Amino acid sequence: MNVIEVKGLKKSYGQVHAVRGVDLSIPAGEIFALLGPNGAGKTTTVEILEGFRSRDAGQISILGFDPQTQGHAARQWRDRIGIVLQSAADAGDLTVIETVEHFRGYYSKPRNTDEVIAAVGLENKTGALIRNLSGGQRRRLDVALGIIGSPELLFLDEPTTGFDPEARRAFWALIEQLRGDGTTILLTTHYLDEAEALADRVAVINNGLIVEVSTPAELGGRATSKALVSWRDGSQVKTEESDNPTSVVARLTSHFGGEIPELSVTRPSLEDIYLKMIGGVHEQDS
Amino acid sequence: MNKIPSALNLGIRRGGLEIRQFARQRESVVFTLLFPVILLAIFGSVFKDTIAPGVTFSQYFVAGMIASGLVNTGFQALAITIPMERDVGGLKRLRGTPMPASSYFIGKAILIAVSMIIQIVLLFGFGLLFFGVEMPTELSKWLTFTWLVLLGSACSTALGIAFSIVPKSGRGASAVVSPIVIILQFFSGVFFVFTQLPTWMQQLAAIFPLKWLTQGMRSVFLPDSFATQEVAKSWETGRTFLILVLWLVIGIFFSVRKFKWDRD
Repeated sequence: MNVIEVKGLKKSYGQVHAVRGVDLSIPAGEIFALLGPNGAGKTTTVEILEGFRSRDAGQISILGFDPQTQGHAARQWRDRIGIVLQSAADAGDLTVIETVEHFRGYYSKPRNTDEVIAAVGLENKTGALIRNLSGGQRRRLDVALGIIGSPELLFLDEPTTGFDPEARRAFWALIEQLRGDGTTILLTTHYLDEAEALADRVAVINNGLIVEVSTPAELGGRATSKALVSWRDGSQVKTEESDNPTSVVARLTSHFGGEIPELSVTRPSLEDIYLKMIGGVHEQDS
Repeated sequence: MNKIPSALNLGIRRGGLEIRQFARQRESVVFTLLFPVILLAIFGSVFKDTIAPGVTFSQYFVAGMIASGLVNTGFQALAITIPMERDVGGLKRLRGTPMPASSYFIGKAILIAVSMIIQIVLLFGFGLLFFGVEMPTELSKWLTFTWLVLLGSACSTALGIAFSIVPKSGRGASAVVSPIVIILQFFSGVFFVFTQLPTWMQQLAAIFPLKWLTQGMRSVFLPDSFATQEVAKSWETGRTFLILVLWLVIGIFFSVRKFKWDRD
């Protein structure tokens, strides 16, 4: 059974149709990234799945529960999921360990406090007041609170915004570790390199609709798209698009009798493909 | 499989956490807990007269201060701080955990009750030492005092949580809530002798719980002979109980039905 199953999800705010019929199927253990520009319906979709917002139409099953479930069943459901929101700046007067320890008490089968604090790299900050943490440290605490209940499903909303490159790498390693534990993760991010590094599959959402669902390598026909070979011939930079770049390079090698000046072979980056996709949909729409 | 902790268990844990957080905000601890004492000092020094044979204004004022302390500490504090918690995303994060709303409310009620007990002890201490305030000697008066504090505290907590849905933002909350509380205090006979207020003011105040809490506290701290000087010529203890219970039910109803965890 899929951990997340969504069919025909719709949500409007007055005249604004934020989500216009979204389908998603995410199996257990997968890291799934949801990409999309601001206002595409990304946040609305995720907040409906998290149970923070109601929907106008569609069927949703998250770990077998409807996110709008109330009462004791809702507690049993929330016991099995973790949510890392975009920003929370509360509880500045508590220390890191007090906060993690307190949230630990909410769950039926929590992780070990020290292990979680170490996993997010805050082991030297356990006694620090939250108000004295840096932005990146605070974000890691948010993640710690999201995973303390050992969730089967983790929602990560823009988890590395404001991280320096080193902290981001460390965070990616943490996510890989969670993948190893079998946690299903729904990730929303603005960083395409992050989606590429972490996600098994990505979905691009635009204008309230899923444009495509694919692996990062195959999105938008990226794997089969033509490669661009470029080199210098005398004073000119020459380029050639090709399905068989290897043969182009072989031809050039014999042409130059060895080293090809300023040779490069590139394929479109995920970012190129993504920008083309969301640009294309905008054009169709207008 | 382990069971999810009970709502009451989590509520008690939240109470501990709330107290710990409150205790670390030194300025607000000092201000909240000593404010009634400071007011008693000011009013006790200004009004040295007796308002009835054997009843000093300080004695009258202690009753009003405890009653309005319940409103300040519960209603006013919660209606201002909950929108602030909401603004910074703290409530939304809690909403995403298995902790139920009732545990959050119980935690707040514990914080208010503890803070109220400390305030009362301080007020009694200063009142006894410096302003000649006399404590009741009959057991029945202490029983009345106990249920008034418990019911008043619960009522004030529930109404504060319910009213927290009104301010749009944490920044604006104080501007919405504080004037209401101050006007209510003037109308309810906290700063003045209630029977000397205009009739329309008395009637308006009688709708709200502070008037009844204040009157109830007077029944504890003033001699029974003073009851004849009340509007109804009696302490109206039964009616006070009923009106406070009614407001408690209203507060709980709106807290449970309408509580806002998120800004929008």
